[in-house]
Amino acid sequence: MSVPGDLQYTKSHEWVRTEGDTATIGITDHAQDELGDVVFVELPDEGTTLDAGESFGTVESVKAVSDLYTPVGGEIVEVNSALNDAPEKINEDPYGEGWIVKLRTSGEAELLSAEGYEKVLQEEA
Amino acid sequence: MSEGTLRRTPLYDEHKNLGARLVDFAGWEMPVQYSGIKAEHAAVREGAGLFDVSHMGEIIFWGPDANAAVQRLVTRDVSRLQAGQAGYAAVCYESGGTVDDVLVYKRPDDFLVVVNASNREKDLEHFRENTEDLDVEVVDESDDWALLALQGPEALGLAQTFTQTDLSPIKYYRFVEGEVDGVYAIISRTGYTGEDGFELYVRPDDALRIWRKLIEAGAAPVGLGARDTLRLEAGMCLYGNELDAETTPLEAGISFAVHLEKDPRFIGQRALLTEETEGLRKKLVGFEMEERGIARHGHPVTSGAEIVGTVTSGTQSPTLNRAIGLALVDPGVEDRFEVVIRGNRVPAKTVPLPFYKRDRG
Repeated sequence: MSVPGDLQYTKSHEWVRTEGDTATIGITDHAQDELGDVVFVELPDEGTTLDAGESFGTVESVKAVSDLYTPVGGEIVEVNSALNDAPEKINEDPYGEGWIVKLRTSGEAELLSAEGYEKVLQEEA
Repeated sequence: MSEGTLRRTPLYDEHKNLGARLVDFAGWEMPVQYSGIKAEHAAVREGAGLFDVSHMGEIIFWGPDANAAVQRLVTRDVSRLQAGQAGYAAVCYESGGTVDDVLVYKRPDDFLVVVNASNREKDLEHFRENTEDLDVEVVDESDDWALLALQGPEALGLAQTFTQTDLSPIKYYRFVEGEVDGVYAIISRTGYTGEDGFELYVRPDDALRIWRKLIEAGAAPVGLGARDTLRLEAGMCLYGNELDAETTPLEAGISFAVHLEKDPRFIGQRALLTEETEGLRKKLVGFEMEERGIARHGHPVTSGAEIVGTVTSGTQSPTLNRAIGLALVDPGVEDRFEVVIRGNRVPAKTVPLPFYKRDRG
């Protein structure tokens, strides 16, 4: 499973790319593989304010539903609405076209490095 | 992870070699998917898919009263079955609630009843308790059989290359005791996908060789994930979802498998006759979501402020690319309602079953 070194991660298998006060969030390669074919993504509205640890949507595969959690508080500034019509992008390109939301962050997040996340994966295996 | 208590089919190692994801299903460690549910689903609709369903239970009824025993236990009038014919039936409690849904094979000298893996022990107990006064042997042969299901428009041609038995004259819901790859097999033109195909009952020691040959010949291995989406598109019931002890076969929409006028009577017949006269307490409907959202097993169904039912099965249909489902609802529910998906009421409308019907050309 790919775990890019330039991203940060959560124990619940989201990845985070931080640029200034903007955080882009998606689910990891491992998470999409575990879910299988993604057929539906429930996205939040732009402008929604979230606390760290709050659920902001769901990703559903043919067989399973998985909640999405933000590791950092903030306001949703953009959602990847292309996923409404092409949820399979999450399987095909989880770290690229499969990104899910962008947040303007308000506060610090406790995130794992790529190395730390790989350790989590090893413990789960 | 403790795996010691899970049962495995003769093909367990082969599934691992094929890269399957294995899950606990009814106490069995079974492949839920290989390449992915959508691709496997498409393989069955467009070509041929091969399922290992060896976890299913096989129970034999033989002896002078075998016919009387099966007649008492199942809702179908099995005296109408000829040897070589199979019939879908329900097994009921006196209350009319469902013990299991089964396939009854009538052979010249006995009956083979195929039961759900999750119900095997419960069924055996129910079968034996209710036939104590009869001269019949109820034998659990489940461990003596492996079961491979080859399904899809190319199943017939593919299977034919491995048997001298002429397959095309075998009609739907008929079977022959013949040979596949030179070894004994029950070849049954049945399935759980809505496609043409065969279920092959073979000896456990022969299963791996036959499996590999069918895969090499072009069948795609298909797991339980796609088995569920395929059967749902075909509008078929799954015990534990549409059918359970609280739901009668009439409510679950399988009255075609219930012969209410059957004589001698079957267990549950009186309750079902009463329900037939007085009206169903609930009914199974097929539905399609009208707005974004996927209904899932257990989601409430509402009509306005009132809860009027429960979703029994739901998924994104890979063939139709729409969110579909089955629900048990109050009999008065009409063609529109809402499904409560994580707190949101999403409108849905009823549609005729099955959702998908193959083109019999």
